Amino acid sequence: MRHIISIIVENESGALARVSGLFFARAYNIESLAVAPTEDPSLSRITLVTRGSDDMIEQITKQLNKLIDVVKLVDLTEGSHIEREMMMIKLQAIGDAREEVMRMVNIFRGRIIDVTSTTYVVELTGSGDKLDAFIKTVDVPILETVRSGVTGIARGEKALVI
Amino acid sequence: MKLSGGEILIQFLEDEGVEYLFGYPGGAVLHIYDALYQQEAVKHILVRHEQGATHAADGYARSTGKPGVVLVTSGPGATNAVTGIATAHLDSIPMVIITGQVATPYIGSDAFQEVDSVGITRPCTKHNFLVERVEDLAITLKKAFYVACTGRPGPVVVDVPKDITAPEIKIDYEYPKSVTMRSYNPVIKGHPKQASKAVDLILSAKRPVIYSGGGVVLSEASEELIEFTKMLGFPITNTLMGLGSFPGTDPQFLGMLGMHGTYEANMAMHQSDVLIAIGARFDDRVTGDVEKFCPQAKIIHIDIDPSSISKNVKVDIPIVGDVRAVLRELIGQLKKSESLSDKDALSNWWNQIKEWQKEDCLHYDKKSALIKPQFVLEKLLEITQGEAHVTSDVGQHQMFVAQFYKFNKPRRWINSGGLGTMGFGLPAAMGVQLANPGENVVCVTGEASIQMCIQELSTCMQYDLPIKIINLNNRYMGMVRQWQEFIYESRYSHSYMEALPDFVKLAESYNHIGIKIENPADVEPALREAFGKYKDRLVFLDFITDQSENVYPMIMTGQGHNEMYLSSAKGLA
Repeated sequence: MRHIISIIVENESGALARVSGLFFARAYNIESLAVAPTEDPSLSRITLVTRGSDDMIEQITKQLNKLIDVVKLVDLTEGSHIEREMMMIKLQAIGDAREEVMRMVNIFRGRIIDVTSTTYVVELTGSGDKLDAFIKTVDVPILETVRSGVTGIARGEKALVI
Repeated sequence: MKLSGGEILIQFLEDEGVEYLFGYPGGAVLHIYDALYQQEAVKHILVRHEQGATHAADGYARSTGKPGVVLVTSGPGATNAVTGIATAHLDSIPMVIITGQVATPYIGSDAFQEVDSVGITRPCTKHNFLVERVEDLAITLKKAFYVACTGRPGPVVVDVPKDITAPEIKIDYEYPKSVTMRSYNPVIKGHPKQASKAVDLILSAKRPVIYSGGGVVLSEASEELIEFTKMLGFPITNTLMGLGSFPGTDPQFLGMLGMHGTYEANMAMHQSDVLIAIGARFDDRVTGDVEKFCPQAKIIHIDIDPSSISKNVKVDIPIVGDVRAVLRELIGQLKKSESLSDKDALSNWWNQIKEWQKEDCLHYDKKSALIKPQFVLEKLLEITQGEAHVTSDVGQHQMFVAQFYKFNKPRRWINSGGLGTMGFGLPAAMGVQLANPGENVVCVTGEASIQMCIQELSTCMQYDLPIKIINLNNRYMGMVRQWQEFIYESRYSHSYMEALPDFVKLAESYNHIGIKIENPADVEPALREAFGKYKDRLVFLDFITDQSENVYPMIMTGQGHNEMYLSSAKGLA
């Protein structure tokens, strides 16, 4: 099953390498990884998407907790949560296709954030599925895509704080 | 007090109570060595290879329970230390390894003797640090000792760039007495509710087995383990790492379990209905095929590391906590408990176990005209009265010690269990001998293993370390040969030790005593001479043993505890 694990780590050099190195060393897979400092600059938050059996996910969270730089973590998929990923996608937009792409962007509630006579850059936010769906649906040549990796947060009053 | 980084480092070690520093100088640590030169509190042991430094510090740590401390230079100094660091990591041994690094402005420039030590050691340490400012040096060292020694112990590397230790820059130094880390709070006390569930299961057991490991040694819980086992009257088996934490000569002790464990221990595991795992981690050498592991048993698992729980084998009642604290809790609850264990069932169980013991699974040919390795170890046990500190390398000789030397005290059996590092024995014995001056320290080894760190004979000469080396010389990498015999139809691919040195002359060239023993009748006199007349000298005893001897019982890969080979003639048990 797919799991989204949110990890608060010490914002120190090497913390990310410890987390990613652990996955490689223990043969777990990482589907996506997003990391940035939190409102407290001494802490970073890593959001990591992985897949595995329940036993494997249990080992993954235990092994992560064992890392000295890991302050706290939560498996967001254990509870109700919101998942978002941001994508910027550069599309070829010429002639009639320009109208068509704009329509698609509106349907997906995206925004065009850069325009030239032959291209659009579209910004799109949503779950990974939604971004995949847009890529599949858009009917013009894709010049480039960049995705932030999945981030997530628990619904309601639950919060990952130390 | 204003001190330079180099002086802070050495002063800190003194303040931390470090007795011995095992090391080897080089460019990046010269400032530190200069500070070391100007004091006497911290004694430096100069090894001949950085791997030797780490194993010696490791041996010291295993013997004393105190952290072993190492100082090596950058680049090759650090990479040579890696094998010893990984050895300590796999066996959860507290160590602090200080590695020199090129000066901060040169980091990342592929400077002379530069290597990414933090990167290289990340997967084989409990944690590691790069010191980026001299102001951080003392507190980082404190964190290193704290992390190394608490929770599930392990090695910690502190990488110190040369400019951090420069004599020109002096800052205020005060010994940091304690440190807290928000991201590191090891659990000590087990959950009392889990303990009470465990007590209920323990008291309901009809065919119980206690299976305990190195965690008992690490948490100094030997007394508690003995009390717990005695009050229940249950049979107990130890892992390779747990030997000595329960007296090897006690009638409740079934011997070691696992791949080369005793018939009775493995059969009891297989037939048990309640398994109490204490400070052990269900290693593959212990479990055999996990699918066939203890098929009827409900399992209680006590371990300080939550990630050890249900990692290899699913357990029913986990108790996360320090083994000693949890055992005390269990003993307390058992004393208060109104229900009693099933005495009749236990007596039937012991009768069954005694049947298995009649198999005499460790028998060997005592009439052989050749020296049998088992015979040497039986004589060693007799002459040292089971009181020696014994280190070993890795292979057949290691298993023979585990089977034949009955350890009655913890921290007497020093070997590389997890990583299985050949070359460990001699340098580890140096650390043990320094920690126990005047006591018998024995390194049991083979002619293959001993050559992996034989340069340390020179260190032993420098510091007058009267280690007794028992070289079980069968002219083969014995365990490799054994596997090749069983699995590869006796195609002995590169397991034959050709071009061996004359070990007697080699020992003598380092001003040690060398004795070559070729007949069974000469085994005992040679040992008596080594521990008597030559008590204060290093003695290299080169026993020319039977080349064809194998270690039995043996569980082959993919087999269960009830599927042992008891000898080559006698197939599956």
